Amino acid sequence: MDLHLSKEQEMLRKMYRDFAENEVKPLAEWVDENEAFPEETVKKMAKLGMMGIYFPKEYGGAGADVLSYVMAVEEMSKVCGTTGVIISAHTSLCCAPIYENGTEEQKQKYLPKLCSGEWIGAFGLTEPGAGTDAQGQQTTAVKNENGDWVLNGSKIFITNAGYANVFVIFAITNILTDKRGRKKKEISAFIVERTDPGFSVGKHEKKMGIKGSSTCELIMEDCTIPADRLLGKQGKGFGIAMKTLDGGRIGIASQALGLAEGAIEETIKYTKERVQFGRRISQFQNTQFQLADMYAKTEAAKWLVYSAAMKKQNHEPYTMDAAMAKLHAAEVASDVTRRCVQLFGGYGYTREYPVERMMRDAKITEIYEGTSEVQRMVIAANLGIN
Amino acid sequence: MKCIVCVKQVPDTSGVVAVKEDGTMDRAAMATITNHDDLAAVEAALRIKDATGCKVVVISMGPAPAEGMLRELLAMGADEAVLVSAREFGGSDTYATSQILAAAIKKVGVEDDDIVFCGRQAIDGDTAQVGPQIAEKLHLPQVSYVAEIAVEGKSVTVKRLLEDGYMTIKVQTPCLLTCVKELNDARYMSVGGIMECYQKPLEIYNYETLKDDPLIDVDTIGLKGSPTNVYKSFSPPVKGAGMMMEGADKATVDKLVSILNDKHII
Repeated sequence: MDLHLSKEQEMLRKMYRDFAENEVKPLAEWVDENEAFPEETVKKMAKLGMMGIYFPKEYGGAGADVLSYVMAVEEMSKVCGTTGVIISAHTSLCCAPIYENGTEEQKQKYLPKLCSGEWIGAFGLTEPGAGTDAQGQQTTAVKNENGDWVLNGSKIFITNAGYANVFVIFAITNILTDKRGRKKKEISAFIVERTDPGFSVGKHEKKMGIKGSSTCELIMEDCTIPADRLLGKQGKGFGIAMKTLDGGRIGIASQALGLAEGAIEETIKYTKERVQFGRRISQFQNTQFQLADMYAKTEAAKWLVYSAAMKKQNHEPYTMDAAMAKLHAAEVASDVTRRCVQLFGGYGYTREYPVERMMRDAKITEIYEGTSEVQRMVIAANLGIN
Repeated sequence: MKCIVCVKQVPDTSGVVAVKEDGTMDRAAMATITNHDDLAAVEAALRIKDATGCKVVVISMGPAPAEGMLRELLAMGADEAVLVSAREFGGSDTYATSQILAAAIKKVGVEDDDIVFCGRQAIDGDTAQVGPQIAEKLHLPQVSYVAEIAVEGKSVTVKRLLEDGYMTIKVQTPCLLTCVKELNDARYMSVGGIMECYQKPLEIYNYETLKDDPLIDVDTIGLKGSPTNVYKSFSPPVKGAGMMMEGADKATVDKLVSILNDKHII
């Protein structure tokens, strides 16, 4: 097992760090305070190829690997959780399912514009009554007399929604009856464009953290799309959603990892400057032990995340790895950022320093793209515990 | 048309400046960066490439690790790189360095519509001599302190940044321009550029490669060919805290005048 980064990955890390430090960090506080989607930053990232990192050049991607993508989300999240999740949702939840399940025509039509950042992507699975219970959805897609699909329903908590041009949407296409006579929903995946008739973006959510990320409701009222927008085969939508979320979890785990690392960096810097009782607080053993613990568990999270990324890259099964990476990294991020606020003391609770923002940003990583409880279910199921 | 850009890897002086016991700089102990002015020169060349599709060749003289810097410049968009590296070239001062770089540039080939770029000066030596000396050795017209460039065919209009203002000059290609960092903000490496940079050509020019050029002679290169003798390198002593005087009354002014007098400032 080679734990060394390649020369290209080392160089990418350097570029991501420079970019994050110079372009993302100076805006992070403003993005949070104003709940502002960092449009200009996204354009800059797109120009550098960061909106299609691991897709082949023939589809407009940068031709790098999954680990290189993970490091981008990690480095951006070190300084701004919002910026990290914009790349993650766009890449893992929209580009990836189109790349992995799309027809050649769909890939040629959507991926070059998504990878170049001309279009932003999003993913619509969650509904008011279908969160963790993804099977509980109500959105329907019915074929009309012209062969077009007509979608009706709504989706909630959709990341990037306010700025996205392309959405991967899941809907019920049939009600099937199994051998025992039980009804079962047949779910299919579709590519929906923002300009499609009957499609609109609804309420913008006000959130605790990742405030600059645009989280909105999607509304489909007789939203009519051509037959060739079906993504993958009819009835295979649930599998596509679950497989997409496996990849998405690596992205969110990277975001969580970055938040923990960013909070530790800020706290090390602060504790070396802050003086109490005539000593720098970094000289107190409590500070040293706290930060040593935090660093050790964050490094453990890093290797879980990197290992899941490498397995995905190598086309090995990685469902359980992604679940473990997300479970651990998210819980580490929440714990570490909370403890960092504590080490900052009263200043940590103010918005003068970034750690309180990082603590708010970290909480969502335990919830979205599968709660920590869902990750435990996935891990247990993979261990055959039932 | 092509742009040839000379670049130098220098110690990152924003960190700790390490000096050995003998007073020379401990380069191995310091992080390295691409010299700021040189990076502006690379960006200027890349912008000409963006506009015209010309080729950009980056050249650096230095030890083997300088290849890492050249790969980064290839990742920014340069097309080819040349690393001029040989034991015989070690210890060169600005005179010897310009001899060697001029020979290397000749080997790359300077055509009618080419522009050779250098940074104004390197942050480790601060001499600003290498660029102008290369121009003299290549018999190229040179413009130093370039802060703005407009290329129209074989005509290049540049604005020079001087201490007391600007000077605009028109020059014909082939020419050599030394650039100041205020010229532009260098672009980042791109993800795609990084993935391609190790496939792009990087040639090593050693002593054997250049030895037949008349500029390359044991008496004009390396330590032996360097007229400069460095007597001593040292970190400047840390200045004491300044003294603040408050008040606009006569007594305070008298005190200030007396201090300045004592120090022979007035």
